[in-house]
Parts: sequence; structure tokens; C-alpha cells
Amino acid sequence: MKDTPLSNCERDFLLQAIEEKKRLDGRQTYDYRKIKITFGTDYGCCFVDLGKTRVMAQVSCELIAPKENRPNEGIMFFNIELSPMASPAFEQGRQSELSVKLNRQLERCLRNSKCIDTESLCVVSGEKVWQIRVDVHMLNHDGNLMDAASIAAITALCHFRRPDVGIQGDEVTVYSPEEREPIPLSIYHMPISVSFSFFQQGTYLLVDPCEREERVMDGLLMIAMNKHREICSIQSSGGIMLLKDQVMRCSKIASVKVSEITELVGKALENDKKVRKAGGRCGFAESLPQERITALKMDKTPVEMMDVTERANDIVQKAGVPPQTVASPVVPVPGLGQVGQGLQNTWGLEEDEEVEEEESDISGEEQEGKVTQMEEEKYEKEESRGDVVEISDSEEEEVVILHPETPNKAKNTGFSSHQKGAASSKKGQKK
Amino acid sequence: MRGKQMTSSPRDEPLFHGGGVMEACDSSRVSLREFGCEQNLLSRPDGSASFIHGDTSVYAGVYGPAEVKVSKEIYDRATLEVLIQPKVGLPSVRERSQEQCVRETCEASLLLSLHPRSSLTLILQVLHDDGSLLSCFLNAACMALMDAGLPMSCLFCGVTCAIDADGQIITDPTAAQEKESRALMTFAIDSTQRNVLMSSTKGSFSVNELQQCIAVSQTASEKIFQFYRDSVQRRYSKTL
Repeated sequence: MKDTPLSNCERDFLLQAIEEKKRLDGRQTYDYRKIKITFGTDYGCCFVDLGKTRVMAQVSCELIAPKENRPNEGIMFFNIELSPMASPAFEQGRQSELSVKLNRQLERCLRNSKCIDTESLCVVSGEKVWQIRVDVHMLNHDGNLMDAASIAAITALCHFRRPDVGIQGDEVTVYSPEEREPIPLSIYHMPISVSFSFFQQGTYLLVDPCEREERVMDGLLMIAMNKHREICSIQSSGGIMLLKDQVMRCSKIASVKVSEITELVGKALENDKKVRKAGGRCGFAESLPQERITALKMDKTPVEMMDVTERANDIVQKAGVPPQTVASPVVPVPGLGQVGQGLQNTWGLEEDEEVEEEESDISGEEQEGKVTQMEEEKYEKEESRGDVVEISDSEEEEVVILHPETPNKAKNTGFSSHQKGAASSKKGQKK
Repeated sequence: MRGKQMTSSPRDEPLFHGGGVMEACDSSRVSLREFGCEQNLLSRPDGSASFIHGDTSVYAGVYGPAEVKVSKEIYDRATLEVLIQPKVGLPSVRERSQEQCVRETCEASLLLSLHPRSSLTLILQVLHDDGSLLSCFLNAACMALMDAGLPMSCLFCGVTCAIDADGQIITDPTAAQEKESRALMTFAIDSTQRNVLMSSTKGSFSVNELQQCIAVSQTASEKIFQFYRDSVQRRYSKTL
């Protein structure tokens, strides 16, 4: 599905508005949209709403063998899925440019900054380490997917609890969440990315562009920072030339924004911890907004079961006897093998053919009638085998197809076909 | 099993008429979990809905009718594509089979011939799986199609039944109940005549049990359709 293209007048309107320091949603140049962070039922599931952009992150873990050159470090795996739900332009399965870009940026932001202590993920050095997998799903694309993804990923990592592991000598026991409390990951710092979009060759800049603004921007500068004012990653794309003081200004703005966002994330994690400790229900189901007109909740309802068994018995008794299914109009004579019900047999063609031939040889003349039917099957098989020979890429060099001596098949006796000879075999088969 | 029958009406006798094993259904186990639904929650898709069965929650987004690739176009109908995204990992064969079930149900109820050479895309995202996932997909799909305003000949809903080791029928099972069940069945029921549009079963069960589960699902679907009506009524209460 293609996305609707941006019209020229829309583009001109947006650029004109930006020149006059106006944004479509009334924000100021350095304002972020409203950020809302909620958590799912299980540990490591986090939803982030950045205005209308919605993103979900899920963290999971698995025990695997470590990399050869890093035997005592755990592995982090990031995957950003641009779900086709987020935008009609996203297609399932295809690695688009945007998807590659976002994946790389998230990896650099989280993995290369070493925000997670990977050595603590080691269980048995050289044999078993934890692989932490972060899947980020885009649910709605209204601009600035990178920031939303980075907030969701780092919050989900902070929220995640991995199963506890006990080591006694050579034995390693992984305890389930019911046996022992799962333990959180050790996170050194929280890198959060802030995006700046540039217009008119770097003259105007906007923080947190929405989808329309992203379409008309010239270039994007992404700065990933943590609250200690350490830059974890910087990426400038779009080919715009930025002056040094512009970059410095952006990093100052970024540090302010990052500290605000980090505070928000901290509060959300605290709230969630409190709710879970109090034993309350938590998760997406709870966060369904009740006061909205488009949302409705219904309590647990029992289902009437009064006449169920009567109705069921009625139906079963009224139903007629199931018709005797006739397998195939051809009744195989004892001693004749047949695979399938008269359809084209596409497995083990060579062996089948030989088996049938042996049996037909054994049964002899009794089967004149049967042989004609068998011949028909064989014709089909031949055709299909002809097809198979043509298109298959089997390793077998030579496929020898033998046919019993029958008047109709005089032409086709004992030809051999192999990959190279496919053309000649085809000729031989033409009837 | 006789003792467990909750209703004490004179109907008790006829229940044990015919031969065979008769499973009396304990009505305390036969209930639907808490439902929740929100429509129009995403701004990009033409129709979107989230559906919740207890803890199982699913998002659905619909795009359409839109342009279709020439390789996929059908000359007299719309091409419906269903995509199911699991929470962790890439979609596998299980998702493909669930997609097929949902697609067949939708094709049976959507009026596809009103939009020839167009594409309808339905995307379902798992948010949390705590049992009855396929019926949650079906319910979310129906609400999203309603939200998108696509013409349908009937509404549909999904109901999951499980038969546990004792032979009791449980509707809307949780993941723990599903794991211990002997058979698991999901039915898509239509709104006009309560017919079964699609069935997907796993495990072993008798013909009698199957018919009982279908009857239970049909009764349960009444509640779900009433919930649909209430949601839509609430939504349009301010405008109509």
C-alpha cells in the first residue's frame, strides 16, 4: 500500500508557517509533545505515546552460548518492527531504508553506549549467557519514531526482570518467577535520543517533528544523551551542513529535554512498582481509559447453560449418517500399491514407479484393465515428473525412468533424463 | 456429574435420555471474562480498535479500500490481507494459520464485491496473550472493521471453548486453563443467524462435545453482540 503523497500546497503551507515560527499543533520550537508511559502485565512490556505516535517495547531473555570473542559477556539484541499498522507506507517483511536506519540508531544508542552491564548477564563463562532481546513495535506513526522507540526501549529494559539463576559447582539452576523473585538488569545510565529537524538549509529548527513536519524537513539531527550530560550518540542525516554553534545549541537543548524525560520515566517506573507491590492489577487492560466515549468495559458475565445439552443432542440425533466416502473410482487389486487417491503423486516418484512396475509384472495379464488405469496415472506422473525434472534443482545427476513395455508407451521406453538433458526428455514425452 | 448440574428444574430428566457420555456443564465455570474495547485509538489507520478479554489484549488496524498491487488484484472483489504480528520475534507458521482463520471469517462477512480491484489490509498486534487469543483477534477485527465503516453483511464474534480433563466445558479460558485442557476450540459466530462461520480446534473430543461447545458458543455470542451494540451506542450517543 502506498502512502498518500504530500501535495505542493501543503508543503508550501508548512514551510511558510515554520518561517513564521508557527507549528501546526500550536507548539513552540523547542516543545515536546505530551509523553505518556504505561506498562503491560508482564515485566518488560512498555507502551509509549509521544503525542499520537504510539510504540510498544517488549523485552525477553533466553540462555544461549556466547560469542567466540566475548565468552563472558551477555548479548543484547534489538529489533524495531515497523508494523504495517503504523503507516500505510510500511510493508510487512521488507527491510526498508527507514527500518534499517532506526535499527542502527537504536543499536548505537543502547549497545555502543554500554548502558547495560553485559558481564552480569554471564552465567557460565564460555557456555551459557543471557541474551536480552528487545522488540520495539511501531503502532502509530505520527512523526519522531526514533525518540519514542528509544524511550520505550530503555524504559522496558529498566522494567524488565530476568529469572534468577543459582550455580552450585557445575550445576546451574534457572528458577522460575514463582520459585524466586526475578531480578532486574543492571543499568548504568539511560540514554534517550532527541531529534531535531532542520528546514530551509539549516535556518530553522524544530524539536520533535510530527509526521507532516518530517515530510518537509531537509535534514535530521539525532542526539542521544543521558541525564549526566554525556552524549551517547550523534547522527546527522539529510546532508544539511550545520555550524558548530548550532550543534552546541542543540546539545544544550537536548540535555534539558533528556533530564525532563528521564524524570518522567523514573516516575512511571515508581508508580508501576507501587501498584505491583500493592497487588493491584496492572497492564494494558487496566490502562483502558474509562471516561472516553469510544471505550467500553463489561464485567465478567456468566453464560446461560440451561438447554445446551438438549440442543446438542438434538443436533447429533437429527444429523444423518455421514456418507460413505468412496476413496477413488479405481478399486486397487490386492497386490497393487497406490499412493494418493488418483491425484498426481509428487513424492518419491522414482521409487513408486519401480514398486508399481514390480507389482504389475507379478500380477501379469489379469490386470489388463487395471494397467490402463495405471497407465493413465503414469502418464500424469510422467507429465508431472517431466515438470519436476524441468524445474527441480535436485542433486541427482541422472534420473532414469523406466516404463513397462506396453503398446501405448512404445515411444517412451527407457529414456533417461538429467538436468542437462531435460530438453531432450521433454521432446521424448510429447505425445 | 449429575450432582454438578446447577439448574434444578424438571428439565433434569430429559438431559440424560440418549445414550453416550453426557457432560453436564457447571455454570460457575462457564462465564466470559471481563471485556473491554476501545475504537478509533490510532490516527493513521482508517479503522482501529483494541479488544481485551481479561488480560489478553490485542490491537487491530484496518486500511482500506486502498490501492492494490497488480499481482494481487482480483477483478470483481476487494483483496483482503490479514497480518498478525506476535509480540516477540518474527511471524511464524502459527501466525500464518491464525491469519487464515481470521481472513476466512472476514471474507465471509465483508461485502467485498463493493470494492473491486482494491485492497483491504487488517493488521492485528498481540499486546498480551493470556488465553483465547484467536477469539480476541476475531472480536478486535470486527470492531476495527466497524470503525473503518466497511460494508459487512453481518457482524461476527469469536468464542473459545476448552474441555478440561474432567470433561467440563470452559468458555474464554485463560492461558493456564488452556494448557491443562484436553481440547481447545474457537468458533466464529455470525450475528444474523448465529451460524458458525469458522472453527479452529485442537485436541480430541467427541461429536457430542463438539455440538455442546457450539451451542455454548452461540449462547455466549449473544453477550458479545450485546457488548458490540452497547459500545457503538455509547460512541454515537453524542451525535445521534
